[in-house]
Amino acid sequence: MPTVEVRNLYKEYSGRDILKDVDFSVKNGELFILVGPNGAGKTTLLRIVDLLEEPTSGMVLFDGQIVDYSSKKDMVALRRKMGMVFQRAILFNMSVFDNVAYPLKVRGEGERNINQKVKEVLELVQLNGFERKNALALSGGEGQRVAIAQALVTEPDLLLLDEPTANLDPKNVSIVEDTISHVNRERQTTIIMTTHNIFQAENLAHRLAFLNDGKIESIGTFQDVFEKPSKLVKSFAKLENVFYGISKITAEGTSAIDIGNGLQIEAAFKKNGTVRLHVPPEDIILSTQPLISSARNTFEGRIMQISDMGHVLKLKVKIAENKNFTVQITKRSFNEMQLSIGSKVYMVFKASSVQTS
Amino acid sequence: MIDSFWEEILDITLLSLKVSGTAVLIGALIGTPIGAVFGFRQFKGKRTLMRFVDVMLKSVINTFMGLPPVVVGLVVYLLLTQSGPLGWLGLLYTPTAMIITQLIMVVPIIIGVTMSAVGSVERAIRERALSLGATETQAAWLVLREARMGVLTSIIVAFGAAISEVGGIMIAGGNIRWWTRTLTTAIVTETELGNFTMALTLGAILLSMAFAINLVLTIVQLKGARR
Repeated sequence: MPTVEVRNLYKEYSGRDILKDVDFSVKNGELFILVGPNGAGKTTLLRIVDLLEEPTSGMVLFDGQIVDYSSKKDMVALRRKMGMVFQRAILFNMSVFDNVAYPLKVRGEGERNINQKVKEVLELVQLNGFERKNALALSGGEGQRVAIAQALVTEPDLLLLDEPTANLDPKNVSIVEDTISHVNRERQTTIIMTTHNIFQAENLAHRLAFLNDGKIESIGTFQDVFEKPSKLVKSFAKLENVFYGISKITAEGTSAIDIGNGLQIEAAFKKNGTVRLHVPPEDIILSTQPLISSARNTFEGRIMQISDMGHVLKLKVKIAENKNFTVQITKRSFNEMQLSIGSKVYMVFKASSVQTS
Repeated sequence: MIDSFWEEILDITLLSLKVSGTAVLIGALIGTPIGAVFGFRQFKGKRTLMRFVDVMLKSVINTFMGLPPVVVGLVVYLLLTQSGPLGWLGLLYTPTAMIITQLIMVVPIIIGVTMSAVGSVERAIRERALSLGATETQAAWLVLREARMGVLTSIIVAFGAAISEVGGIMIAGGNIRWWTRTLTTAIVTETELGNFTMALTLGAILLSMAFAINLVLTIVQLKGARR
């Protein structure tokens, strides 16, 4: 079952092509990541692999067998070898235990088996002790971990993860990422995962594909795709605002990173030594006056360049020699603040917006 | 004297509970499955014809949810009256006629509320269940289970509407003392007769019932809203 092949796949929704001639295969035990901006078709592609949707044309093969969409029995049997985690966890109005036991119950497992397996998987996602809580009363991060436990409890051959960490705080992100690598390493579970976080892709993926506007633009190892990135891959935001520096854990439990030119960035993670860090352009707040705020990082700079991205603008802000930030801002705020090239601005971002690999 | 006062009040209260309770019970047996089926059908209409049917169906159900009870009473009266098509059943001015009237009223309410409860969870829950390895049937059961608060709400709302309804049962039941007189119709009569003690006592009972119903409803909704 685990070898997944997607061949010449097209998917059309009311006249719009969501996926165009997508073609790739994932080997047994591989951790394959689909990277790309929002709206690229990543979720649709995963849903097709999970047999929740039929392609308009093209095919999906599991272990060389073409999926037969006319046989409901085959579909159920195939789905039972997979586990899927949606970007936003959909949990049932019942206890955490019952939520995680559900996939086993529909497979007709015995009670003793169920108790044992649920217990093990809840330990894996660090939710032991949560058994009797109502799943809908959990925080977003805990809820997502329940969803992951649901997908893992059956020990699937193939695990599909749709942006599993997109809406989580750093602590939950690291639990989820650890779980993913653990399962891939220890159980040799084949994993197909989507993300728009390039750092995550670099950390986890054996191989990845860059999906843009429904097409695979580039496929291979991280180096293949991102060392000599095409213009398109480059424009995919996350290569902006990347800095290297020396990190020191502070007394408050955050990290202060010296990025040179006398500049220091404060981050919510705890790390010592050389780090590569990244600040998402959309997380940076721009103002014309120094802001008094709870955000830990404030820098003064000048607008060097303005690029029009449609409904938003990307500004290049220089805060020191060779230290440029890309800041994303709406056209409306840009006009309201009466900004232009050469304007003096203040950039503010939270310590928790600073990501690292 | 005092004894007969309370005896009559008890008789009236029990009849009200019996009529509205029976109507809602039968209404739930009919309305819940239909509402569930309509709820499942939502979202699936991609073709224009399906959409049209869907829109028409919902509009009709919404209209019937707000059906004026007097009109229902009138229709039931015309059906059951001696010269009417069902006159031979001899049901006019009986508790059965009142149950029929309230049944016609509550079925659309139960269908409508159940439909939206099922419809609101159908897509997400069904897909999640399928992705976790459920068969279509197993997934459908889970959808119903997840919509249970909505189904319960529909029954409570229907009972609330039935117990406080007056026009329909007045026409179909005839408001006959010791036979078809309910809390609401008795209040009308006693007020007209100037028996305000009786009217107010009955009113207090009705009000407490309405409060109890709303209390349960609020608790149910608070429990269901823990998302």
